[in-house]
Amino acid sequence: MPFTILKKQELVPTLHRMDIAAPRVAEKAMPGQFVILRIDECGERIPLTIADFDAADGTVTLIFQEIGKTTCQLASLGAGDSIADLAGPLGCASTIEKFGTVVCVGGGVGIAPIFPIARGLMEAGNKVISIIGARSADILFWEERMKEASSELYVTTDDGTKGHHGFVTDIVQNVIESGEQVDRVIAIGPPVMMRAVAGVTKPFGIKTVVSLNPIMVDGTGMCGACRVLVGGVTKFACVDGPEFDAHEVDFTLLMSRLAMYLPEEREALDYKAAEDPAV
Amino acid sequence: MKIKTESKPEKRSKMAKQSPSKRRSNFEEVALGYNRYEAVAEANRCLNCKKPPCIEGCPVGVDIPRFIRQIAEEDFDSAVLTLKSTNSLPAICGRVCPQETQCEAVCVLGKGGKGDPIAIGGLERFVADYEMEEGVTIPDLPSPTGRRVAVVGAGPAGLTAAAELAKIGHSVTVFESLHAAGGVLVYGIPEFRLPKSIVAAEVDFIRRLGVDMRMNSVIGKIGTVDELLRDYDAVFLGTGAGLPSFLGIDGENLNGVYSANEFLTRVNLMKAYLFPEFDTPVKKGRRTIVVGGGNVAMDSARCALRLGAGEVTIVYRRGEDELPARAEEVLNAKEEGIIFRLLTNPIRILGDGNNWVTGMECVNMELCEPDESGRCRPVPVPDTEHIIPADVVVIAIGTSPNPLVSMTTPDLEIAGYGTIVADETGATSKPGVFAGGDIVTGSATVISAMGAGKVAAKAIDEYVRGLSGYENLLNIT
Ligand SMILES: Cc1cc2nc3c(=O)[nH]c(=O)nc-3n(C[C@H](O)[C@H](O)[C@H](O)COP(=O)(O)OP(=O)(O)OC[C@H]3O[C@@H](n4cnc5c(N)ncnc54)[C@H](O)[C@@H]3O)c2cc1C
Ligand SMILES: Cc1cc2nc3c(=O)[nH]c(=O)nc-3n(C[C@H](O)[C@H](O)[C@H](O)COP(=O)(O)OP(=O)(O)OC[C@H]3O[C@@H](n4cnc5c(N)ncnc54)[C@H](O)[C@@H]3O)c2cc1C
Ligand code: SF4
Ligand code: SF4
Ligand code: FES
Repeated sequence: MPFTILKKQELVPTLHRMDIAAPRVAEKAMPGQFVILRIDECGERIPLTIADFDAADGTVTLIFQEIGKTTCQLASLGAGDSIADLAGPLGCASTIEKFGTVVCVGGGVGIAPIFPIARGLMEAGNKVISIIGARSADILFWEERMKEASSELYVTTDDGTKGHHGFVTDIVQNVIESGEQVDRVIAIGPPVMMRAVAGVTKPFGIKTVVSLNPIMVDGTGMCGACRVLVGGVTKFACVDGPEFDAHEVDFTLLMSRLAMYLPEEREALDYKAAEDPAV
Repeated sequence: MKIKTESKPEKRSKMAKQSPSKRRSNFEEVALGYNRYEAVAEANRCLNCKKPPCIEGCPVGVDIPRFIRQIAEEDFDSAVLTLKSTNSLPAICGRVCPQETQCEAVCVLGKGGKGDPIAIGGLERFVADYEMEEGVTIPDLPSPTGRRVAVVGAGPAGLTAAAELAKIGHSVTVFESLHAAGGVLVYGIPEFRLPKSIVAAEVDFIRRLGVDMRMNSVIGKIGTVDELLRDYDAVFLGTGAGLPSFLGIDGENLNGVYSANEFLTRVNLMKAYLFPEFDTPVKKGRRTIVVGGGNVAMDSARCALRLGAGEVTIVYRRGEDELPARAEEVLNAKEEGIIFRLLTNPIRILGDGNNWVTGMECVNMELCEPDESGRCRPVPVPDTEHIIPADVVVIAIGTSPNPLVSMTTPDLEIAGYGTIVADETGATSKPGVFAGGDIVTGSATVISAMGAGKVAAKAIDEYVRGLSGYENLLNIT
């Protein structure tokens, strides 16, 4: 049974929001979980985080960046279209408890998955200090939503077009050094950003959690494509994660595994361009 | 016109195959099946034994002499009915059953090495393919019983249980985590051994029995077994043994190292051999090493070859006689040019500075006294370490049960290795919950999983009939 797209919106250039009718998934979804979707019979299975969900409406919200064949094709679809498959909610939910003060860091498209976690942590009675960053102001999104889901919100841009001119890690460092008692840090974004955040919090011994995004196929623990090294032990991110202790993660391995199909990804895009010059 | 055979030949009718040089570069079926003349000739060799041992060799007890006689009489329609009365997936079993250790192993014609046993599998395939060509007929279904059964997993065990229960009139819903039904039949066993159109046709048949198939439904995530028990009178678990094992040696996380499950899933379920027409990529190695000696290893090696690897090597730590794969598939692999490095064990996988696999260090082994399993325990031969170059490595050393269901069903009794404990009827420690197939036995065979699904369907039927209110339900409908 296909899954219907109810709403589609380009939040900022090449970054899209899509609301999809998936009542069973919406009913069970928890912050931190993801879905695996496949657009059509020829499609690849790709994981996307559940950025929001509404059990009453039976919808899940996905935010995705156009970076390759599948995400570009997804971006070409609109309200009323449908996709063949959507499985979820997958992965373990974020641990949402009253920790005290939690710093939530979202970088780039990582702002989307950090949002339901920040909101959940607020509802659980934490002080939530959120830091969101992007390369530039024109590709920053969900600032308002994040403001509502946080006690304090900081914005950074690499080029200084908005907020702090620099990286999210600068603010993490500042917050910690300001004397604020930080009980937990959660960081979601590009692997380089997550590694940098882990580097900042480690000397202070602050428990830091990151959400890893290795290449996946089934998302149910059946293939091992998503294996990551955490504390020297191989884990399957789709069932054991996607969240792990940032100080234990082997980011170098993660990054090199993410680059495994670069030539094939280019080939897929070229093939698509040749087939459908409009895209 | 009847086809005449003079005397009973000792040699079986040969089944045509694609030539090795041709098939090593395509994914089309290797064995081409009997035509009706070959089938009838082969059927005519059967002695129609009074006490046929072959039936006992079949885990589901197919009435072998009867369907073979019907082929000999060219009454193929009756042969279909005979087969289908005990085996709901004959087109699949005819192709992938390890007949040489089951039905054909005990055929009297093969005894004493005098002649060839009847090609029971080949004949079974012939009948099933005949039916598919003629158009499958859906049996008349009894009126609904009003009882609802949930089946988790659409592999051979779950599909068989679902079909049997639907034929009785129970309302059946199948929950499958992947986007396609078939289990290992669609994600593991390659197209050239079992065309996916055949699995799809069998699945379609089960759908037409009224079974509601829900894909993309991961039980343990979208709902637990306890939640299913609120909506259904009974639950059958056929979730298989899908968790891949790794060797635990250095270098296993290098780029280019796959579990057989991932490699085969990319190639078969996701059709990576048709990339970029299909979106999912797979690394086409120039030199591929496959570690293991079972069906899964043979399938991986033969897929790698068809993807275009110039050199494919199977590394297996025991000897030729210990290879657990089907004899026919080992032969096929050899004909296709797969290199077998037997009595060889991996020590570590080597990589370059960019985290890419470059080869594997191995050591020669020799067999010593048999271990608990009765097989000879291999031990390393000192000073025989050597390196086999490779750019793709596939680890095919086995799988263990998928834990998602057991993890979320605390009161389900689990044995060592994570299998679900079930009695001979499939009943588990949890009332109303039944299980069968690889999830109970660990990796086994298609036909044994089907057998378990069938036995459990019977037990489930008795169970739901025994539930209070059953007679009332019957009166309403
Ligand atoms: C748990 C998880 C949650 C994710 N959540 C989001 C999200 O909310 N929004 C978002 O924009 N992206 C998310 N991603 C990343 C997203 O899955 C990839 O961007 C997408 O698969 C790219 O596919 P493509 O065909 O467009 O690009 P490709 O050209 O195929 O790949 C581009 C890059 O994406 C990565 N990638 C490729 N295939 C896969 C795959 N099957 N699984 C994972 N990564 C892959 C690789 O690093 C690759 O280099 C998530 C990934 C994971 C594992
Ligand atoms: C590559 C390969 C080759 C083989 N070759 C042969 C052969 O030639 N002959 C032979 O007889 N046997 C062969 N086998 C073994 C045979 O395929 C298996 O024994 C058989 O498929 C087991 O059937 P099953 O129904 O128990 O499980 P499976 O076929 O594994 O099916 C289980 C299904 O359950 C689904 N599932 C798992 N967890 C969940 C969940 N939580 N929620 C919903 N669904 C779930 C899975 O996605 C899967 O579709 C082979 C196996 C492999 C891997
Ligand atoms: S089902 Fe398998 S074992 Fe039984 S008769 Fe057919 S081929 Fe032989
Ligand atoms: S044992 Fe062989 S010869 Fe005898 S009935 Fe069975 S198939 Fe025929
Ligand atoms: S994606 Fe296959 S095991 Fe995680």
